[in-house]
Amino acid sequence: MATYKLTTPISEEQIRKLKVNDVVYITGTIVTARDQAHKRALQLHKEGKQLPINLEGLAVFHCGPIVKKEEDKWIIVAAGPTTSTRMDIFEDEFIKNFKTRVIIGKGGMGRRTTDAMQKYGAIYGAFTGGAAVLAAKAIKTVKTVEWFDLGMPEALWILDAKEFGPLTVAIDSHGNNLFEDVKKKTEENLTAIYQRLGIQQ
Amino acid sequence: MNQEQTIENTAINLLRLAVTQLPKDIKEALQKAHQQETNPTGKTQLKAILDNIELAEKTQTPMCQDTGTIIFYIKAGSQTKNLDKIENALRNATKKATTQIPLRPNAVDPFKQKNTGDNTGKNIPFINWEIVPGNTLEITVLPKGGGSENVCTMGMLVPGEGIKGLRKFVIDTIIKAGAKPCPPNILGVAIGGGSDIAMKLAKKALLRPLNQPNPDPEIAKLEKELLEAANQTGIGPMGLGGKITVLGVNIDYAARHPASYPAAVAFNCWAARRATARIHPDGHVEYLTHKMM
Repeated sequence: MATYKLTTPISEEQIRKLKVNDVVYITGTIVTARDQAHKRALQLHKEGKQLPINLEGLAVFHCGPIVKKEEDKWIIVAAGPTTSTRMDIFEDEFIKNFKTRVIIGKGGMGRRTTDAMQKYGAIYGAFTGGAAVLAAKAIKTVKTVEWFDLGMPEALWILDAKEFGPLTVAIDSHGNNLFEDVKKKTEENLTAIYQRLGIQQ
Repeated sequence: MNQEQTIENTAINLLRLAVTQLPKDIKEALQKAHQQETNPTGKTQLKAILDNIELAEKTQTPMCQDTGTIIFYIKAGSQTKNLDKIENALRNATKKATTQIPLRPNAVDPFKQKNTGDNTGKNIPFINWEIVPGNTLEITVLPKGGGSENVCTMGMLVPGEGIKGLRKFVIDTIIKAGAKPCPPNILGVAIGGGSDIAMKLAKKALLRPLNQPNPDPEIAKLEKELLEAANQTGIGPMGLGGKITVLGVNIDYAARHPASYPAAVAFNCWAARRATARIHPDGHVEYLTHKMM
Protein backbone atom coordinates (compact mmCIF):
# COMPACT_ATOMS: atom_id res chain seq x y z
CA MET A 1 0.00 0.00 0.00
CA ALA A 2 2.11 2.86 -1.33
CA THR A 3 1.17 6.51 -1.69
CA TYR A 4 1.69 8.37 -4.99
CA LYS A 5 1.29 12.01 -5.96
CA LEU A 6 0.55 12.42 -9.66
CA THR A 7 0.25 15.51 -11.87
CA THR A 8 -1.76 15.62 -15.10
CA PRO A 9 -1.16 14.81 -17.89
CA ILE A 10 -0.42 11.36 -16.46
CA SER A 11 1.52 8.92 -18.62
CA GLU A 12 0.76 5.24 -19.21
CA GLU A 13 4.10 4.40 -17.59
CA GLN A 14 3.09 6.15 -14.35
CA ILE A 15 -0.24 4.31 -14.35
CA ARG A 16 1.36 0.88 -14.83
CA LYS A 17 3.30 1.33 -11.56
CA LEU A 18 0.12 1.51 -9.50
CA LYS A 19 -1.39 -1.52 -7.75
CA VAL A 20 -4.74 -2.03 -6.02
CA ASN A 21 -4.88 -0.62 -2.46
CA ASP A 22 -2.30 2.07 -3.30
CA VAL A 23 -3.29 5.62 -2.39
CA VAL A 24 -3.12 8.37 -5.01
CA TYR A 25 -3.41 12.17 -4.90
CA ILE A 26 -3.94 14.05 -8.16
CA THR A 27 -2.87 17.57 -9.05
CA GLY A 28 -3.98 19.18 -12.31
CA THR A 29 -7.04 18.89 -14.51
CA ILE A 30 -10.00 16.81 -13.41
CA VAL A 31 -13.15 16.72 -15.54
CA THR A 32 -16.55 15.69 -14.15
CA ALA A 33 -18.69 13.43 -16.32
CA ARG A 34 -21.76 11.39 -15.49
CA ASP A 35 -24.16 9.33 -17.61
CA GLN A 36 -25.29 12.03 -20.03
CA ALA A 37 -21.80 13.48 -20.56
CA HIS A 38 -20.37 10.02 -21.31
CA LYS A 39 -23.16 9.41 -23.77
CA ARG A 40 -22.65 12.73 -25.53
CA ALA A 41 -18.85 12.38 -25.65
CA LEU A 42 -19.09 8.97 -27.31
CA GLN A 43 -21.73 10.23 -29.72
CA LEU A 44 -19.53 13.15 -30.79
CA HIS A 45 -16.56 10.83 -31.22
CA LYS A 46 -18.69 8.56 -33.40
CA GLU A 47 -19.60 11.55 -35.56
CA GLY A 48 -15.91 12.44 -35.84
CA LYS A 49 -16.34 15.65 -33.87
CA GLN A 50 -13.99 17.11 -31.27
CA LEU A 51 -14.74 17.23 -27.54
CA PRO A 52 -14.49 20.65 -25.85
CA ILE A 53 -11.36 19.35 -24.06
CA ASN A 54 -8.65 16.82 -24.86
CA LEU A 55 -8.98 14.21 -22.10
CA GLU A 56 -5.68 12.39 -22.77
CA GLY A 57 -3.78 11.84 -19.52
CA LEU A 58 -6.45 13.55 -17.44
CA ALA A 59 -8.73 12.31 -14.68
CA VAL A 60 -12.46 11.93 -15.21
CA PHE A 61 -14.57 12.25 -12.09
CA HIS A 62 -18.02 10.62 -11.75
CA CYS A 63 -19.54 13.52 -9.90
CA GLY A 64 -22.55 15.82 -9.95
CA PRO A 65 -21.32 18.75 -7.91
CA ILE A 66 -23.14 21.57 -6.14
CA VAL A 67 -21.76 24.72 -7.74
CA LYS A 68 -22.59 28.35 -7.02
CA LYS A 69 -21.85 31.46 -9.04
CA GLU A 70 -20.33 34.44 -7.29
CA GLU A 71 -19.72 37.52 -9.46
CA ASP A 72 -19.37 35.54 -12.70
CA LYS A 73 -17.12 33.00 -11.03
CA TRP A 74 -18.13 29.40 -10.44
CA ILE A 75 -17.33 27.99 -7.02
CA ILE A 76 -17.52 24.29 -6.15
CA VAL A 77 -19.44 23.90 -2.90
CA ALA A 78 -19.59 20.12 -2.65
CA ALA A 79 -18.25 17.52 -5.05
CA GLY A 80 -18.33 13.92 -3.85
CA PRO A 81 -18.37 10.96 -6.23
CA THR A 82 -21.49 9.33 -7.65
CA THR A 83 -22.02 5.58 -8.20
CA SER A 84 -19.71 4.51 -11.01
CA THR A 85 -21.46 1.31 -12.09
CA ARG A 86 -23.90 3.37 -14.13
CA MET A 87 -21.00 4.40 -16.38
CA ASP A 88 -19.86 0.79 -16.95
CA ILE A 89 -21.73 0.69 -20.25
CA PHE A 90 -19.67 3.61 -21.61
CA GLU A 91 -16.29 3.46 -19.89
CA ASP A 92 -14.39 0.94 -22.02
CA GLU A 93 -15.07 2.91 -25.21
CA PHE A 94 -14.40 6.14 -23.34
CA ILE A 95 -10.95 5.03 -22.14
CA LYS A 96 -10.11 3.60 -25.54
CA ASN A 97 -11.11 6.72 -27.48
CA PHE A 98 -10.01 9.51 -25.15
CA LYS A 99 -7.02 7.91 -23.32
CA THR A 100 -8.20 9.11 -19.94
CA ARG A 101 -5.78 7.68 -17.38
CA VAL A 102 -7.76 7.95 -14.14
CA ILE A 103 -11.44 7.37 -13.49
CA ILE A 104 -12.60 8.64 -10.09
CA GLY A 105 -15.83 7.48 -8.52
CA LYS A 106 -17.42 5.35 -5.86
CA GLY A 107 -18.76 1.82 -5.68
CA GLY A 108 -16.39 0.33 -8.24
CA MET A 109 -16.80 -0.80 -11.84
CA GLY A 110 -17.15 -4.12 -13.62
CA ARG A 111 -15.10 -6.52 -15.69
CA ARG A 112 -15.63 -4.64 -18.95
CA THR A 113 -14.05 -1.49 -17.54
CA THR A 114 -11.34 -3.51 -15.75
CA ASP A 115 -10.34 -5.16 -19.03
CA ALA A 116 -10.21 -1.80 -20.82
CA MET A 117 -8.05 -0.38 -18.02
CA GLN A 118 -5.65 -3.27 -18.39
CA LYS A 119 -5.55 -2.95 -22.17
CA TYR A 120 -5.18 0.82 -22.50
CA GLY A 121 -3.48 1.71 -19.18
CA ALA A 122 -5.88 3.38 -16.78
CA ILE A 123 -6.87 3.05 -13.13
CA TYR A 124 -10.03 3.46 -11.11
CA GLY A 125 -9.50 5.62 -8.01
CA ALA A 126 -12.19 5.20 -5.36
CA PHE A 127 -12.92 8.43 -3.57
CA THR A 128 -14.82 8.17 -0.29
CA GLY A 129 -18.50 8.40 -1.16
CA GLY A 130 -20.14 11.52 0.18
CA ALA A 131 -16.89 13.15 1.27
CA ALA A 132 -17.92 16.17 -0.77
CA VAL A 133 -16.34 18.94 1.27
CA LEU A 134 -13.01 17.16 1.38
CA ALA A 135 -13.19 16.91 -2.41
CA ALA A 136 -14.24 20.54 -2.84
CA LYS A 137 -11.33 21.67 -0.67
CA ALA A 138 -8.85 20.13 -3.11
CA ILE A 139 -10.48 21.84 -6.09
CA LYS A 140 -8.77 25.18 -6.51
CA THR A 141 -10.73 26.67 -9.41
CA VAL A 142 -13.38 25.88 -11.97
CA LYS A 143 -11.56 26.43 -15.27
CA THR A 144 -14.74 26.28 -17.30
CA VAL A 145 -18.02 24.46 -17.69
CA GLU A 146 -19.16 22.77 -20.89
CA TRP A 147 -22.49 21.17 -21.79
CA PHE A 148 -24.34 23.13 -19.13
CA ASP A 149 -27.56 22.35 -21.02
CA LEU A 150 -27.37 18.88 -19.39
CA GLY A 151 -28.03 20.49 -15.99
CA MET A 152 -25.74 21.23 -13.05
CA PRO A 153 -25.07 17.62 -12.00
CA GLU A 154 -24.57 16.29 -15.54
CA ALA A 155 -22.49 19.11 -17.05
CA LEU A 156 -18.79 18.78 -17.86
CA TRP A 157 -17.03 20.76 -15.10
CA ILE A 158 -13.37 21.30 -15.90
CA LEU A 159 -11.54 21.67 -12.62
CA ASP A 160 -8.09 22.58 -11.45
CA ALA A 161 -7.20 20.44 -8.43
CA LYS A 162 -4.40 20.25 -5.94
CA GLU A 163 -3.65 16.91 -4.30
CA PHE A 164 -7.14 15.61 -4.86
CA GLY A 165 -7.59 12.51 -2.70
CA PRO A 166 -7.10 10.17 -1.01
CA LEU A 167 -8.01 7.94 -3.95
CA THR A 168 -7.73 4.22 -3.31
CA VAL A 169 -6.63 2.35 -6.42
CA ALA A 170 -9.53 -0.09 -6.63
CA ILE A 171 -8.91 -1.20 -10.23
CA ASP A 172 -5.33 -1.20 -11.49
CA SER A 173 -4.00 -1.61 -15.03
CA HIS A 174 -3.04 -5.24 -14.40
CA GLY A 175 -6.56 -6.67 -14.26
CA ASN A 176 -6.98 -6.47 -10.49
CA ASN A 177 -10.29 -5.26 -9.09
CA LEU A 178 -10.51 -4.66 -5.34
CA PHE A 179 -14.31 -4.55 -5.35
CA GLU A 180 -14.43 -7.98 -7.02
CA ASP A 181 -11.94 -9.31 -4.45
CA VAL A 182 -14.06 -7.99 -1.57
CA LYS A 183 -17.19 -9.45 -3.16
CA LYS A 184 -15.53 -12.84 -3.44
CA LYS A 185 -14.48 -12.72 0.20
CA THR A 186 -17.97 -11.63 1.22
CA GLU A 187 -19.47 -14.64 -0.51
CA GLU A 188 -16.98 -16.88 1.27
CA ASN A 189 -17.97 -15.33 4.61
CA LEU A 190 -21.65 -15.92 3.95
CA THR A 191 -21.67 -19.60 4.94
CA ALA A 192 -20.33 -18.79 8.40
CA ILE A 193 -22.85 -15.96 8.81
CA TYR A 194 -25.77 -18.20 7.80
CA GLN A 195 -24.58 -20.82 10.25
CA ARG A 196 -24.35 -18.31 13.05
CA LEU A 197 -27.87 -17.03 12.35
CA GLY A 198 -29.26 -20.55 12.14
CA ILE A 199 -30.14 -20.27 8.44
CA GLN A 200 -30.16 -23.44 6.36
CA GLN A 201 -29.01 -22.97 2.82
CA MET B 1 -43.88 36.69 13.12
CA ASN B 2 -46.90 34.67 12.06
CA GLN B 3 -46.90 30.93 12.54
CA GLU B 4 -46.51 30.09 8.87
CA GLN B 5 -43.35 32.19 8.80
CA THR B 6 -42.06 30.48 11.95
CA ILE B 7 -42.61 27.05 10.40
CA GLU B 8 -40.87 28.11 7.20
CA ASN B 9 -37.86 29.57 9.02
CA THR B 10 -37.59 26.56 11.31
CA ALA B 11 -37.68 24.18 8.34
CA ILE B 12 -34.91 26.15 6.58
CA ASN B 13 -32.83 25.96 9.76
CA LEU B 14 -33.49 22.24 10.05
CA LEU B 15 -32.42 21.65 6.45
CA ARG B 16 -29.23 23.61 7.05
CA LEU B 17 -28.45 21.81 10.30
CA ALA B 18 -29.20 18.41 8.79
CA VAL B 19 -27.00 18.73 5.72
CA THR B 20 -24.04 20.41 7.45
CA GLN B 21 -23.89 18.61 10.79
CA LEU B 22 -24.51 15.01 11.74
CA PRO B 23 -26.44 14.22 14.93
CA LYS B 24 -24.25 13.30 17.90
CA ASP B 25 -25.12 9.57 17.86
CA ILE B 26 -24.05 9.15 14.22
CA LYS B 27 -20.85 11.14 14.69
CA GLU B 28 -19.89 9.07 17.73
CA ALA B 29 -20.64 5.83 15.91
CA LEU B 30 -18.35 6.90 13.03
CA GLN B 31 -15.56 7.82 15.45
CA LYS B 32 -15.90 4.45 17.16
CA ALA B 33 -15.91 2.72 13.77
CA HIS B 34 -12.64 4.45 12.88
CA GLN B 35 -11.07 3.20 16.10
CA GLN B 36 -12.30 -0.34 15.58
CA GLU B 37 -11.53 -0.75 11.88
CA THR B 38 -8.42 -2.88 11.32
CA ASN B 39 -8.35 -2.97 7.51
CA PRO B 40 -5.99 -0.16 6.37
CA THR B 41 -8.07 0.73 3.30
CA GLY B 42 -11.26 0.72 5.38
CA LYS B 43 -9.57 2.92 7.95
CA THR B 44 -8.51 5.39 5.21
CA GLN B 45 -12.16 5.67 4.20
CA LEU B 46 -13.36 6.32 7.75
CA LYS B 47 -10.62 8.91 8.25
CA ALA B 48 -11.76 10.71 5.09
CA ILE B 49 -15.35 10.62 6.38
CA LEU B 50 -14.35 12.09 9.75
CA ASP B 51 -12.21 14.79 8.10
CA ASN B 52 -15.09 15.58 5.78
CA ILE B 53 -17.74 15.96 8.49
CA GLU B 54 -15.42 18.18 10.50
CA LEU B 55 -14.79 20.41 7.46
CA ALA B 56 -18.51 20.53 6.61
CA GLU B 57 -19.39 21.63 10.12
CA LYS B 58 -16.63 24.22 10.23
CA THR B 59 -17.45 25.74 6.84
CA GLN B 60 -21.24 25.27 7.11
CA THR B 61 -21.20 23.37 3.84
CA PRO B 62 -23.30 20.31 2.90
CA MET B 63 -21.26 17.25 3.94
CA CYS B 64 -22.34 15.42 0.76
CA GLN B 65 -23.13 16.86 -2.65
CA ASP B 66 -26.21 14.67 -2.75
CA THR B 67 -28.42 16.60 -0.36
CA GLY B 68 -31.13 14.07 -1.01
CA THR B 69 -34.83 13.97 -1.61
CA ILE B 70 -36.43 16.12 1.05
CA ILE B 71 -38.75 14.19 3.36
CA PHE B 72 -40.52 15.63 6.39
CA TYR B 73 -42.04 13.83 9.36
CA ILE B 74 -44.61 15.96 11.15
CA LYS B 75 -46.05 15.35 14.60
CA ALA B 76 -48.87 17.84 14.78
CA GLY B 77 -50.53 18.43 18.13
CA SER B 78 -54.29 18.16 17.67
CA GLN B 79 -54.68 21.66 19.05
CA THR B 80 -52.08 23.20 16.72
CA LYS B 81 -53.46 26.13 14.76
CA ASN B 82 -53.04 26.68 11.01
CA LEU B 83 -52.56 22.99 10.16
CA ASP B 84 -53.55 23.80 6.59
CA LYS B 85 -50.60 26.21 6.26
CA ILE B 86 -47.89 23.68 7.12
CA GLU B 87 -47.51 22.08 3.71
CA ASN B 88 -47.11 25.40 1.96
CA ALA B 89 -44.58 26.57 4.56
CA LEU B 90 -42.50 23.41 4.08
CA ARG B 91 -42.56 23.72 0.28
CA ASN B 92 -41.44 27.34 0.51
CA ALA B 93 -38.74 26.43 3.01
CA THR B 94 -37.43 23.74 0.65
CA LYS B 95 -37.25 26.17 -2.27
CA LYS B 96 -35.50 28.86 -0.22
CA ALA B 97 -33.09 26.40 1.38
CA THR B 98 -32.13 25.14 -2.08
CA THR B 99 -30.71 28.54 -3.03
CA GLN B 100 -29.62 29.73 0.42
CA ILE B 101 -27.63 26.74 1.73
CA PRO B 102 -27.36 25.68 -1.21
CA LEU B 103 -28.85 22.22 -1.77
CA ARG B 104 -28.41 20.32 -5.01
CA PRO B 105 -31.63 20.42 -7.04
CA ASN B 106 -32.76 16.80 -6.81
CA ALA B 107 -36.39 16.76 -7.94
CA VAL B 108 -36.82 15.45 -11.48
CA ASP B 109 -40.14 15.07 -13.29
CA PRO B 110 -40.07 11.35 -14.14
CA PHE B 111 -42.02 11.79 -17.38
CA LYS B 112 -40.42 14.91 -18.78
CA GLN B 113 -37.00 13.99 -17.28
CA LYS B 114 -36.70 17.62 -16.31
CA ASN B 115 -35.13 18.81 -13.07
CA THR B 116 -37.49 21.31 -11.42
CA GLY B 117 -34.44 23.14 -10.08
CA ASP B 118 -35.80 23.85 -6.61
CA ASN B 119 -36.21 20.44 -4.93
CA THR B 120 -39.99 20.58 -5.13
CA GLY B 121 -42.27 18.69 -7.48
CA LYS B 122 -45.36 16.55 -7.39
CA ASN B 123 -45.55 15.03 -3.86
CA ILE B 124 -42.04 16.31 -3.09
CA PRO B 125 -41.06 17.32 -0.45
CA PHE B 126 -42.96 14.35 0.91
CA ILE B 127 -44.71 14.93 4.21
CA ASN B 128 -45.48 12.10 6.66
CA TRP B 129 -48.27 13.21 9.00
CA GLU B 130 -48.97 12.08 12.51
CA ILE B 131 -51.61 13.68 14.74
CA VAL B 132 -50.68 13.58 18.43
CA PRO B 133 -52.27 15.07 21.55
CA GLY B 134 -51.12 18.56 22.53
CA ASN B 135 -50.49 21.96 21.01
CA THR B 136 -46.92 21.73 19.71
CA LEU B 137 -45.69 21.03 16.21
CA GLU B 138 -42.68 18.75 15.79
CA ILE B 139 -40.88 18.82 12.46
CA THR B 140 -38.21 16.31 11.43
CA VAL B 141 -36.38 16.54 8.15
CA LEU B 142 -34.74 13.53 6.50
CA PRO B 143 -32.70 14.52 3.42
CA LYS B 144 -32.51 11.08 1.84
CA GLY B 145 -29.54 10.31 -0.40
CA GLY B 146 -30.07 8.52 -3.71
CA GLY B 147 -27.25 5.97 -3.50
CA SER B 148 -28.61 4.38 -0.35
CA GLU B 149 -32.19 4.73 -1.58
CA ASN B 150 -31.41 2.67 -4.68
CA VAL B 151 -30.77 -0.47 -2.62
CA CYS B 152 -33.79 -0.24 -0.29
CA THR B 153 -35.56 -3.57 -0.68
CA MET B 154 -39.01 -4.87 0.06
CA GLY B 155 -39.86 -8.56 0.02
CA MET B 156 -42.85 -10.77 0.63
CA LEU B 157 -41.37 -13.55 2.74
CA VAL B 158 -42.85 -16.93 3.59
CA PRO B 159 -44.80 -16.67 6.87
CA GLY B 160 -43.82 -20.22 7.86
CA GLU B 161 -40.12 -19.30 7.88
CA GLY B 162 -40.70 -16.55 10.45
CA ILE B 163 -37.78 -14.60 11.90
CA LYS B 164 -35.29 -17.01 10.35
CA GLY B 165 -36.51 -15.93 6.92
CA LEU B 166 -36.17 -12.32 7.95
CA ARG B 167 -32.56 -12.83 9.08
CA LYS B 168 -31.67 -14.32 5.70
CA PHE B 169 -33.51 -11.58 3.82
CA VAL B 170 -31.64 -8.83 5.70
CA ILE B 171 -28.20 -10.42 5.24
CA ASP B 172 -28.80 -11.20 1.57
CA THR B 173 -29.95 -7.61 1.00
CA ILE B 174 -26.79 -6.23 2.63
CA ILE B 175 -24.57 -8.51 0.54
CA LYS B 176 -26.39 -7.55 -2.65
CA ALA B 177 -26.11 -3.84 -1.83
CA GLY B 178 -22.34 -4.14 -1.29
CA ALA B 179 -20.51 -0.89 -1.86
CA LYS B 180 -23.47 0.92 -3.42
CA PRO B 181 -25.15 2.54 -0.38
CA CYS B 182 -21.91 4.24 0.87
CA PRO B 183 -21.23 1.99 3.88
CA PRO B 184 -21.00 2.07 6.84
CA ASN B 185 -24.79 2.20 6.75
CA ILE B 186 -27.69 2.52 9.13
CA LEU B 187 -30.41 -0.03 8.47
CA GLY B 188 -34.10 0.37 9.15
CA VAL B 189 -35.85 -3.00 9.10
CA ALA B 190 -39.58 -3.53 9.37
CA ILE B 191 -41.94 -6.46 9.12
CA GLY B 192 -45.69 -6.76 8.83
CA GLY B 193 -48.47 -4.38 7.90
CA GLY B 194 -48.29 -4.60 4.13
CA SER B 195 -45.88 -3.70 1.36
CA ASP B 196 -46.19 0.08 1.81
CA ILE B 197 -46.46 -0.06 5.62
CA ALA B 198 -43.32 -2.19 6.02
CA MET B 199 -41.19 0.21 3.95
CA LYS B 200 -42.68 3.26 5.61
CA LEU B 201 -41.84 1.86 9.05
CA ALA B 202 -38.37 0.76 7.92
CA LYS B 203 -37.59 4.24 6.67
CA LYS B 204 -38.98 5.88 9.78
CA ALA B 205 -36.82 3.54 11.88
CA LEU B 206 -33.77 5.31 10.34
CA LEU B 207 -34.69 8.30 12.50
CA ARG B 208 -34.19 6.45 15.78
CA PRO B 209 -30.85 7.39 17.42
CA LEU B 210 -28.23 4.64 17.32
CA ASN B 211 -27.82 4.62 21.09
CA GLN B 212 -31.49 3.74 21.61
CA PRO B 213 -32.08 0.03 21.13
CA ASN B 214 -35.61 -1.24 20.60
CA PRO B 215 -37.51 -1.10 23.94
CA ASP B 216 -38.54 -4.74 23.43
CA PRO B 217 -35.52 -6.78 24.65
CA GLU B 218 -36.17 -9.58 22.20
CA ILE B 219 -36.19 -7.20 19.22
CA ALA B 220 -33.16 -5.36 20.65
CA LYS B 221 -31.36 -8.72 20.68
CA LEU B 222 -32.24 -9.29 17.02
CA GLU B 223 -30.99 -5.80 16.15
CA LYS B 224 -27.66 -6.61 17.77
CA GLU B 225 -27.46 -10.01 16.14
CA LEU B 226 -28.09 -8.57 12.66
CA LEU B 227 -25.56 -5.79 13.27
CA GLU B 228 -22.88 -8.32 14.21
CA ALA B 229 -23.71 -10.49 11.22
CA ALA B 230 -23.56 -7.49 8.87
CA ASN B 231 -20.12 -6.65 10.21
CA GLN B 232 -18.88 -10.16 9.47
CA THR B 233 -19.54 -9.79 5.75
CA GLY B 234 -16.23 -8.03 5.13
CA ILE B 235 -17.81 -5.43 2.82
CA GLY B 236 -16.32 -2.66 4.96
CA PRO B 237 -16.31 1.13 4.62
CA MET B 238 -17.22 2.08 1.02
CA GLY B 239 -17.18 -1.59 0.07
CA LEU B 240 -13.38 -1.56 -0.11
CA GLY B 241 -13.10 -4.24 2.57
CA GLY B 242 -13.09 -4.13 6.35
CA LYS B 243 -14.87 -4.87 9.58
CA ILE B 244 -17.36 -2.01 9.73
CA THR B 245 -20.19 -2.31 7.22
CA VAL B 246 -23.17 -1.26 9.32
CA LEU B 247 -23.33 1.18 12.26
CA GLY B 248 -26.73 0.17 13.56
CA VAL B 249 -29.89 -1.80 12.84
CA ASN B 250 -33.24 -0.35 13.93
CA ILE B 251 -36.26 -2.66 13.77
CA ASP B 252 -39.95 -1.79 13.82
CA TYR B 253 -43.03 -3.83 13.03
CA ALA B 254 -46.78 -3.91 12.47
CA ALA B 255 -49.21 -6.76 12.86
CA ARG B 256 -49.34 -8.85 9.69
CA HIS B 257 -52.00 -10.58 7.64
CA PRO B 258 -51.97 -14.35 8.35
CA ALA B 259 -50.99 -15.05 4.74
CA SER B 260 -48.34 -12.28 4.43
CA TYR B 261 -44.91 -11.63 5.81
CA PRO B 262 -43.87 -8.30 4.30
CA ALA B 263 -40.33 -7.29 5.15
CA ALA B 264 -38.50 -4.09 4.24
CA VAL B 265 -34.91 -2.99 4.57
CA ALA B 266 -34.21 0.75 4.29
CA PHE B 267 -30.60 1.89 3.98
CA ASN B 268 -29.10 5.17 5.02
CA CYS B 269 -25.55 6.10 4.03
CA TRP B 270 -22.93 7.12 6.62
CA ALA B 271 -24.15 10.69 6.03
CA ALA B 272 -27.27 9.77 7.99
CA ARG B 273 -28.72 13.23 8.12
CA ARG B 274 -31.74 14.19 10.19
CA ALA B 275 -32.84 17.18 12.27
CA THR B 276 -35.83 17.82 14.51
CA ALA B 277 -37.38 20.88 16.13
CA ARG B 278 -40.51 21.53 18.19
CA ILE B 279 -42.53 24.71 17.72
CA HIS B 280 -44.51 25.85 20.73
CA PRO B 281 -47.79 27.83 20.51
CA ASP B 282 -46.02 31.03 21.66
CA GLY B 283 -43.62 30.76 18.70
CA HIS B 284 -40.69 29.46 20.75
CA VAL B 285 -38.65 26.91 18.78
CA GLU B 286 -36.83 24.11 20.52
CA TYR B 287 -34.14 22.27 18.47
CA LEU B 288 -33.99 18.65 19.58
CA THR B 289 -31.17 17.06 17.57
CA HIS B 290 -28.74 19.94 17.11
CA LYS B 291 -27.50 22.99 18.95
CA MET B 292 -28.85 26.04 17.16
CA MET B 293 -26.22 28.76 16.99
